[in-house]
Amino acid sequence: MLKVNDISRSFGDHRVLDGVSFDVEPGRMTGFLGANGAGKTTTMRIMLGVLKSDSGTVTWNGEPVTQAVRQRFGYMPEERGLYPKMKVADQIAWLGRLHGLSSAKAASNTERLLEELDLIERANDKLEALSLGNQQRAQVAAALVHDPELLILDEPFSGLDPIAVDTVLRVLRQRAADGVPVLFSSHQLSVVEQLCDDLVIISGGAIKASGGKDELRRRYGTPRYEVVVGSDAGWLRDMPGVRVTTMEGPRAIIEPTGADGFRGGDEPLDQRVLKEAMSRGEVRAFTPIVPTLNEIFKEAI
Amino acid sequence: MTEVQVRSSEKGQDTGGVSFMQATWLVAEREIKSFLQTKGFWIGLGAIVVGIFAASILPSVFGGGETKVAAVGPQVSQTLEAADFDVRQAGDVAQARDLVRSEEVEAAVVPDTTGQSQTGLRVVALESPPSDLMAVLGSPPPVDVLDPGDVGDGEKQLVIMVFALVFMMFAMGGTAIAQSTVTEKQTRVVEILVSTLPVKALLAGKIVGHTLLTLGQVVVLAIVAPVALQAGGNDELLTVILPALGWFVPFLVFGFVLLSSMWAVAGSLVSRQEDLGSTMGLVMMLVFGPYMAIIFLQDNETAMTVMSYIPFTAALAMPVRMFTGEAQLWEPFVALGIAAVTIVVITSIATRIYTGSLLQTGGKVKLSRAWSSASD
Repeated sequence: MLKVNDISRSFGDHRVLDGVSFDVEPGRMTGFLGANGAGKTTTMRIMLGVLKSDSGTVTWNGEPVTQAVRQRFGYMPEERGLYPKMKVADQIAWLGRLHGLSSAKAASNTERLLEELDLIERANDKLEALSLGNQQRAQVAAALVHDPELLILDEPFSGLDPIAVDTVLRVLRQRAADGVPVLFSSHQLSVVEQLCDDLVIISGGAIKASGGKDELRRRYGTPRYEVVVGSDAGWLRDMPGVRVTTMEGPRAIIEPTGADGFRGGDEPLDQRVLKEAMSRGEVRAFTPIVPTLNEIFKEAI
Repeated sequence: MTEVQVRSSEKGQDTGGVSFMQATWLVAEREIKSFLQTKGFWIGLGAIVVGIFAASILPSVFGGGETKVAAVGPQVSQTLEAADFDVRQAGDVAQARDLVRSEEVEAAVVPDTTGQSQTGLRVVALESPPSDLMAVLGSPPPVDVLDPGDVGDGEKQLVIMVFALVFMMFAMGGTAIAQSTVTEKQTRVVEILVSTLPVKALLAGKIVGHTLLTLGQVVVLAIVAPVALQAGGNDELLTVILPALGWFVPFLVFGFVLLSSMWAVAGSLVSRQEDLGSTMGLVMMLVFGPYMAIIFLQDNETAMTVMSYIPFTAALAMPVRMFTGEAQLWEPFVALGIAAVTIVVITSIATRIYTGSLLQTGGKVKLSRAWSSASD
């Protein structure tokens, strides 16, 4: 497990990170969410030793992260770049050796990865001859070639076409299933939503929330129900403890006004609403609305 | 975290990862391979080889094939003219010696008055008499050498020109270091590199790689130069130049390593290839300044002596002084020692600036900022 412990960093007078702490657990995809300038990239750079922190520690399985430990990490920086004039396969194999693989192992891993990423036909082309999307795939290969023990990816999906997103997603999921902790940042909430198991939300250089996706949903999302009845649903407006946020004839979205939500008290609010609705006639739908990441995100920061 | 980073290289060996040495070598290997794949390298090397041949063959082509000889006495003149020499009549021995001294002729054949000579002739030469002349004269006559151990101006020019070609290689190798550093910054591949290996290994790898490349070219040069000299009929020059050529190699390597870390700094201070010119200027001056100084001050013995100890000019000045026989045998060792100390000092300063500026992008990094950010 990777532990980030109370990390702070300033650039001049500007405090970019303020006591940042979170964990990245094995076998789980952890999404790192934050607006531009929130401190995602700075945090990742510190985790990889590209930047030093003013205070705080990063540990891997309880040990401080040294150069030797970092060599077994995989990193995809936010600003992409490999050697433009080097051949794709040569380049990825070289990076593999730099991370401690033997020449033979580096070559076989490179071939396997390029195969997985549908890039094998371009193996002997110079990187600069590839389209941006394919360069991005090569970048993913560069981060994965040495079978890293931990993956840190800064915006891995930006600039990818939908097919490439699927390909990369499949490859990353495979690594996580193999027990590799994967941390990736993104500002595309929909991608994170379908991909991650855990979430870390950062804003203004401080962690606002972290934990399992479902747990955060419970904690931060406002509980809501979509109610669809046979006739007009206007009576819901007069129901005590209920606020109507949307009303379109027979369809309404409701949230509780009280602190107990829908589930508190002797007779939970949602059950009372349902009974009332059934007593008034047909009930076509009574569906809890799962809060989107977008809502959690807005709520948390 | 600083403490952690200092120990990193030893840790690398403990855990069976990539050690500092291995990382350095991997970087060097990549530098060498990618430099060998550029057209510019082969064009440059080709130009140097062609240049050496041109420098050694053309003077003998344009200077006339016949050896110029002064002769005293009509009988000697006839013998020499019959053997296809370009003969200048001299009135007496003194006049013949003057012609030799002023290099209007390569040697003079004069009557022997001491009785040492079997043929009754003596040969006067500036340094060593032309072998073709000696062959014509039968049993070798005694030779008077006017200026022993010294080499003619033309030949000295030739040597300096060869050295200038070598400095062209310096500029090429140096520019390549600076360019590869900027490429890494510009493409941001540097982030992957820095997260994987110690910055010092990255710098060391570049220096090792390009030093080996330059050394390789020097070796090519050292093989080509004698061949070219022979082709140009400068055989006798060969025996003089060979020991100096031997000395040239260590001086070149020291000279290159001295500058290489500065080239890397020049590359690390900017973020785009286009801005490289602004930072490379100073280093380029350290390459061409010494060369110009030696061209202009080559006849000033004091200046040459001083320059042969200053590390930046030593790579040129000391081999030239060895070549002309002005330097004592112990002198190059002292000069190399001074150069070694300077390399250590300059490389450690350069390493710090390089470390501090490598990850700073956006415009040109100020030296002072690079220096202080390395300690963060």
